[in-house]
Amino acid sequence: MNETSDQILQRPLRESWFSRFQVAALAALTIVAVIGKFYLPRLIPNTEWLELPLLLTVYFGLMRHGPIASLLFGAFVGLAEDSLSPANLPIGMYGITKTLVGYFSASVSMRFNVENSFVRLVLSFFFFFFHAFFYWVMRRALLGQIVPFDPQETFVHGALNAVVALPLFAVLDRMRLSGSV
Amino acid sequence: MEALLSRYRNLTVLLIVVVAQLLYLAYQVKTNRDERLIRVWAVTAVTPMAGIVEAIRHNTIGFLQDYFILLDVREQNRKLKSDNDRLRMENVYYRNELATAEHARALTLFQARTPSKTVAARVIGNSTVETAKAVFVDRGATSGIEKGMAVVTPDGVVGKVIAVYPLVSQVLLITDPTFKVGVESQKGHVHGVLDCGTGKCEVEQIQNEDKVSAGEWFFTSGEDRIFPKGFPVGTVVSSQPGQGMRDIKLNLSGAPGGVEEVLVVLQGVHQAIPSTPPENTESSMLPAPPAETGSDAAQAAKRETEADKVLQKYDEIGKQEGHVFGGVGSNLPNFNVKPEGPATQAATPAAGTSDANVVKTGSQAAVKTSPPSTSAPSSNPAPKPGPSSNPAPKPATAETRPPMNSGPVLPLGAPRHKAVPPIAQPQAQRPPAAPPRPADPQ
Repeated sequence: MNETSDQILQRPLRESWFSRFQVAALAALTIVAVIGKFYLPRLIPNTEWLELPLLLTVYFGLMRHGPIASLLFGAFVGLAEDSLSPANLPIGMYGITKTLVGYFSASVSMRFNVENSFVRLVLSFFFFFFHAFFYWVMRRALLGQIVPFDPQETFVHGALNAVVALPLFAVLDRMRLSGSV
Repeated sequence: MEALLSRYRNLTVLLIVVVAQLLYLAYQVKTNRDERLIRVWAVTAVTPMAGIVEAIRHNTIGFLQDYFILLDVREQNRKLKSDNDRLRMENVYYRNELATAEHARALTLFQARTPSKTVAARVIGNSTVETAKAVFVDRGATSGIEKGMAVVTPDGVVGKVIAVYPLVSQVLLITDPTFKVGVESQKGHVHGVLDCGTGKCEVEQIQNEDKVSAGEWFFTSGEDRIFPKGFPVGTVVSSQPGQGMRDIKLNLSGAPGGVEEVLVVLQGVHQAIPSTPPENTESSMLPAPPAETGSDAAQAAKRETEADKVLQKYDEIGKQEGHVFGGVGSNLPNFNVKPEGPATQAATPAAGTSDANVVKTGSQAAVKTSPPSTSAPSSNPAPKPGPSSNPAPKPATAETRPPMNSGPVLPLGAPRHKAVPPIAQPQAQRPPAAPPRPADPQ
């Protein structure tokens, strides 16, 4: 194995991130992410593609290294998002999807070095695509709603979210470091 | 079991959470109930921030827009022009749609009125052959259309079905060179054959002795076994005797090449040729306005031209002089005298007062002793003009007219150097005699 492979597969040795990060800050971030998804397009047009709750769930899963906490966090964020969704969509759609995202992101973080920017980029893109596709499948399978799925558009939005995820994760890393001091 | 759960603890928790959400979701779908309470809480918690966010957005963006408004004026102008063009196009489109709807309404009215069983169809395409006058309509065998059926509109005949497909039919227009229609005139019931193959529609096989006048309507005669009798075809533009047969040009009442909606006659019923021209079903006409009465009528009566006044004046003079205009042996009237009656007042309203004064002061007794008579002029011809025929003034009775020889008869419009003394307007107040007229210097 070369140096890059070692760097990617190396499991970082660090203390529990959650213990250092303030619960209040986490709650505030979650609320901001959920509400921001509904208000950001009003403030900045053409930003409907931005999935801040998803990115936050992915980041929590990648940094927490605990699947149970990550999936519960994902379920919480998803249900919060569901409560603000249109009334024709039952509560639980985003909850299930983000539960899976939290679980899988935590599982991945146990095997890969998620401090690497490239890994973060790829994982952000992958989880966005998975999130969108699984949500579409659930709407078709569980609700019987025929909604279009545009892979090309989803690909572009996934790439944009991955690009946004890099600086966002960096900012969250700094918050974690400052909290650890 | 416990070891198994502890080993797969993460997966177990995942399954529990997912299944719990699935059951909750299934419950909502099954009961078709919206968890309103959760949504109310969430919305109530979130929406207060909406005002703040909107205020920030509005103030920030509004300030930027106000500040930089001049920067994008050109872009806005271009966009407005683009919108204007688009709206114009939409306007044209909707106008066409409206016209189509009006035509469809006329078709429906006609369809309900005619005894023949018809089905409405829309023209959807033309024939690919340029020389053939044929169109496709959107009704076919499934609508009961058969080959040979007539195609009409409320305005006139269109053609006949020459090919039937399951969903469409092909209609040969009467303007096709191979198409002929049996027609019959409205007044004389003269039978002929319509042929529009040369570009101009002509009615053939009508003898020179038959009477067909321009403007007369032609209807289908039913002899072609295609069109039922009594459908309007067109009006005669010109009707002239030809070599053996009369040369009759016809103007089609319908427009076979430009129709969009037609009626296919499924079961034709022959009708009598109407005695009146077919009414226009596309436009309505109001009844005639009521006759004017009272002040309106008086006001309308005053609206006379100068020519009307002159004509009225001459009529009065003619009656007064016993002259029959256009008659043989009638005496020449003196047009220089002022006529009696209201025409004089209308013609010279300003002079009326002075004339009355003259009458009152001049011959009051004569006025009282001479009753008016309007029948006198016919029994008492006017004296011939001449300077010696009126030596002395006479009382102005009905028998005595204004002296015709008091002066030369001037042509109409000739300049007068001295005004002729007027005559009182009411016949009862006529002066006993007209003052002597000085000799004309001419």
